[in-house]
Amino acid sequence: MRNLFKRLLKNPGGLIGVVILIIAVIIAVAGPWLFPNSPWRMVQRPFVPPFTLAAVPLGTDALGRDVFAGLIYGARVSLLVGLVSTLVALIVGVPLGAMAGYFGGRIDDALMRFTEFFQTIPSFALAIVLVAILQPSIYSIVGAIAIVSWPPVARLVRGEVLSLRTREYVQAAIVTGQSHSWIIWREILPNALSPVIVLASLMVATAILLESSLSFLGLGDPNLISWGYMVGAGRTVIRQAWWITVFPGLAILVAVLGLNLIGEGLNDVLNPRLRKDSR
Amino acid sequence: MSDPVIPAVSIRNLKIALPPGAERAYAVDGISLDLVPGEIVCVVGESGSGKSMCAHALMGLLPDTVRTEAGSIVVEGRDLLKLDEDGWRGMRGRHIAMVFQEPMTALNPLMRIGEQITEMFEAHGLLSPSERCGKALGLIREVGLPDPERIIRAYPHQLSGGQRQRAMIAMALALEPTVLVADEPTTALDVTTQAQILKLVRDLQRRRNMAVMFITHDFGVVADIADRVVVLRHGLVVERGTVIEVLKNPQHEYTKALLAAVPSIQPPARAPLDGRAKAVEVIGLDKTYVTAGGWFRPDRKVKAADAVSFDIFQGETLGLVGESGSGKSSVARLVVRLIEADRGTVRVGDVNLTSLTGQKLREQRHRIQMIFQDPYASFNPRRKVGQIISDGPIARGLDPKLALQRARDLLALVGLHPGAIDRYPHEFSGGQRQRIGMARALALDPDVIVADEAVSALDVSVQAQVLALLEDLKTRLGLSMLFITHDLRVAAQICDRIAVMQRGVIVELKPTAELFANPEHAYTRELLSAVPGQSAPQAA
Amino acid sequence: MLSFIAQRIAKGAVVLIAIVILNFFLIRLAPGDPAVVMAGEAGASDPIFVAQLREKFGLDRPLLEQLFVYVKGVLSLDLGFSFRQQMPVASLIAERLPATLLLTLSAFTISLALGITFGALAARFAGTWADTAVTVAALLFYATPIFWVALMAILLFSVTLNWLPSFGYETVGGNYTGVARVLDIGVHLIMPAMTLGLFFMATYTRMTRASMLEVKRLDFVKTARAKGLRNNVIQRRHVLRNALLPVVTLAGVHAGTLVGGAVLIETVFAWPGIGRLLYEALLQRDYNLLLGVFVVCSAMVLIFNLITDLVYRLVDPRIEFAS
Repeated sequence: MRNLFKRLLKNPGGLIGVVILIIAVIIAVAGPWLFPNSPWRMVQRPFVPPFTLAAVPLGTDALGRDVFAGLIYGARVSLLVGLVSTLVALIVGVPLGAMAGYFGGRIDDALMRFTEFFQTIPSFALAIVLVAILQPSIYSIVGAIAIVSWPPVARLVRGEVLSLRTREYVQAAIVTGQSHSWIIWREILPNALSPVIVLASLMVATAILLESSLSFLGLGDPNLISWGYMVGAGRTVIRQAWWITVFPGLAILVAVLGLNLIGEGLNDVLNPRLRKDSR
Repeated sequence: MSDPVIPAVSIRNLKIALPPGAERAYAVDGISLDLVPGEIVCVVGESGSGKSMCAHALMGLLPDTVRTEAGSIVVEGRDLLKLDEDGWRGMRGRHIAMVFQEPMTALNPLMRIGEQITEMFEAHGLLSPSERCGKALGLIREVGLPDPERIIRAYPHQLSGGQRQRAMIAMALALEPTVLVADEPTTALDVTTQAQILKLVRDLQRRRNMAVMFITHDFGVVADIADRVVVLRHGLVVERGTVIEVLKNPQHEYTKALLAAVPSIQPPARAPLDGRAKAVEVIGLDKTYVTAGGWFRPDRKVKAADAVSFDIFQGETLGLVGESGSGKSSVARLVVRLIEADRGTVRVGDVNLTSLTGQKLREQRHRIQMIFQDPYASFNPRRKVGQIISDGPIARGLDPKLALQRARDLLALVGLHPGAIDRYPHEFSGGQRQRIGMARALALDPDVIVADEAVSALDVSVQAQVLALLEDLKTRLGLSMLFITHDLRVAAQICDRIAVMQRGVIVELKPTAELFANPEHAYTRELLSAVPGQSAPQAA
Repeated sequence: MLSFIAQRIAKGAVVLIAIVILNFFLIRLAPGDPAVVMAGEAGASDPIFVAQLREKFGLDRPLLEQLFVYVKGVLSLDLGFSFRQQMPVASLIAERLPATLLLTLSAFTISLALGITFGALAARFAGTWADTAVTVAALLFYATPIFWVALMAILLFSVTLNWLPSFGYETVGGNYTGVARVLDIGVHLIMPAMTLGLFFMATYTRMTRASMLEVKRLDFVKTARAKGLRNNVIQRRHVLRNALLPVVTLAGVHAGTLVGGAVLIETVFAWPGIGRLLYEALLQRDYNLLLGVFVVCSAMVLIFNLITDLVYRLVDPRIEFAS
């Protein structure tokens, strides 16, 4: 694993991604201590343009709230939702996919029908409906995003397990009398891991996009400020105050870009075959 | 051979450099050879000898990672190595054409066979579309494909392997090239198909007076098709001459060793094993693979085993031979219970293996162990050799320390250094891995070994060593063996009795010598006569 | 072929019914007594009205029976009644559907056409500055939230440059007819369709590029070179055609995301489609309308999937209609 991290840092995109992610994590964890201004408090007159007052470097919004503070506190929500919902999706998707792929037959049929069904439903629409009905909160948002993002995990893991299951070394393990759980944990899953790691890092990025889209539509947790909410709130006054929408949008872009770069870097490192090519 | 024939291609002192960090500096290290019209030159060598690089250099299709550093390839007075991309394009297909190893992947899956042939004319701006179509039909007929009107509209996946290779040959011949480069064109094919393709290449080459460069690793094929032979090793020519000179009177040690390693088709005399107890009893195994249809279509069924019955006596090696799709590998997996039979019984000693499930089955699995085909896919890349060998015994309750000690002993037994337990499988060569595979199987003290194409992926010299070791261990440890192979030469050398399989059915089962001397079933006869290199090579 | 279509439609119908059933339970998940909520939505909450509602919608009957009635209703295109808007949900949706179809289909076409073009160019000139430019641009658009791109486009093209209208489907009070009306709608369509398409364009660009680089390594490309074909022909006929197969699959998978993206884009541009309708339903907590739109979105995705499946079967001869 340490070796993997080292190789990731040697990949230019991966390095940029890791740097972005580290900065984002530092801001999310330490930000509120460094910038104790609550993002909800009115600290100045409304519509202060950016780069004019040192106290509010990125200006204020329509209610005189500090845009910069919003960005700092918003990082928490984005990263938290991104990571936790991905984790939940993995917890659901990996075992389902592994079972379907390993046992095959009817179990596979049933699980895959179920997965396909979830994949057919337009994910963003389902997330909207779920959050709206369960009432917006950080829990409903994480839950909704996890519910719409586990099917690709299950399908990927199933595919990997299905192909690994017929590998000769897995057959050798069966012949030498190993148990199912031993074979799944020792022989199959470690070798199915790399594409799952790549997918997971891309899923965090997608989850952040989903969260910001939900918040943009007013389905964010009302007690937590988030980048999507800020863009949504600034949208009606975009003609007077461009900065209220521009900065949080840039923040989303950079965070998502960083995670995508990490995902691609990991992909290059773990599947070197795809990387090099010329003409 | 003494006539001053003008060569169609003249390769002089060709040097192809490998990228830095490769096993050696040059893939091809100063090779010179001539291709003469009306003559087939076989370039022979084991994997890594540089033979395929030679072929690709001739087409200007070398991978980007290597480069030609010196030498010349002269065709009709022009040095190909000095050509630009446009110049190469004019040569390819028109003067020099190529047939590849794997006909399935060498054809574009989305294009009809006809389109892929007519593309040859189109590439060089020749003929009108309708003339091209007529030519394509003629070519398809010439390479002996049935029903040309249907083939021309078929997609590659609708053809069999042999038909695809014929289509590839038709394509290569389209512009009547003076030189044909064939890169292991029959390696991916079954032995009966191989015999047909070899004959086709020979016929076409005579009829069109082409110069052919035929790359192969198989001396049987060389004997059947070559006029002249060039033996390569590590990018150097170690021996060259007419086919008779090289095969009958090899000069270089390496050539001699290679030839000696080719198993003879004459089975050695074996003591009969009458009166021994049965180690394995297989009774009436049936297995049908069903590809589920849908709501509106029927299921597709393939019979992999149809009433398969045989016994293996203690200390006996039973061969199971057949072509791809014959079901021989399925039978191997049925016997070790990697797949479940629809019907039938497998008895190992006094245990009915087919009646057991779950924990009970796992407890009995040690009695029958398997050696797998692919030396690269048969080991978990994340586990050390020691773990790989001792996992099985530990699962049976052996103390891990003792199991590891035993792994050391077993590695010594199969001729590897005991220190190998701390290394990973990728650090070993193909032959060494097959030895590790044997150690893994032996770790459980089995009564029976099932070897599924265990030497097929190995070079001939390594294959001979591994076979010798297998035979030796079997005798010393008193094992019985089910030996699955497509190679009748190997089967002749190692098996006491041989069962011939075709489409899931055992068509003939006899003691080896008897089977070779007196084959009864038509399919057995066809298989035997298709084995390359049986007749003495003829002078060109 | 026909049997394949029939089979796919039957399968789609089963999935749709499952979605409707899911929908039914989602309604039951909504906070509060549905009758009280409905009454609240209608703006009245006296107990007699609630009881009437309960009887009218069979809410006093067993759950299974309610489910049956609901599914039957949906299948006869009765998606319930929106008390907020005082109209049947189905007619509200029918009124808004054409605008959404226009938007999503334009965005889909633009993104697929441009994405494949850029991806093919990048793969063809892999390693050059053109490839780098396309790759970086695709990476950026792939990471950009589409609602924000839409806002930035408004900021640039409407607020600053004043080139394009920033909202609506056509000029209010313009009363254009004929060609003038088509042009007017076209001008209004440019920004929504482009901004919705950007993310997908980036996706298809990346996919096409990666897929072509992968296909380039395959044996049949070497065969094509051995024929003496021109590189352009090889790239187009052998590499691109094979590389497009996974792109088609991806386009099918992304149909759902496209419909979801329409919700955001329609909200930003006040585009009068069902996405905007969903947003309105959200603002007013109009659950009947919300779930009605959800069912219709799902049906749209199913149709999209069916089309891409058909296309895939047409371009890949290996998948036979019979098997």
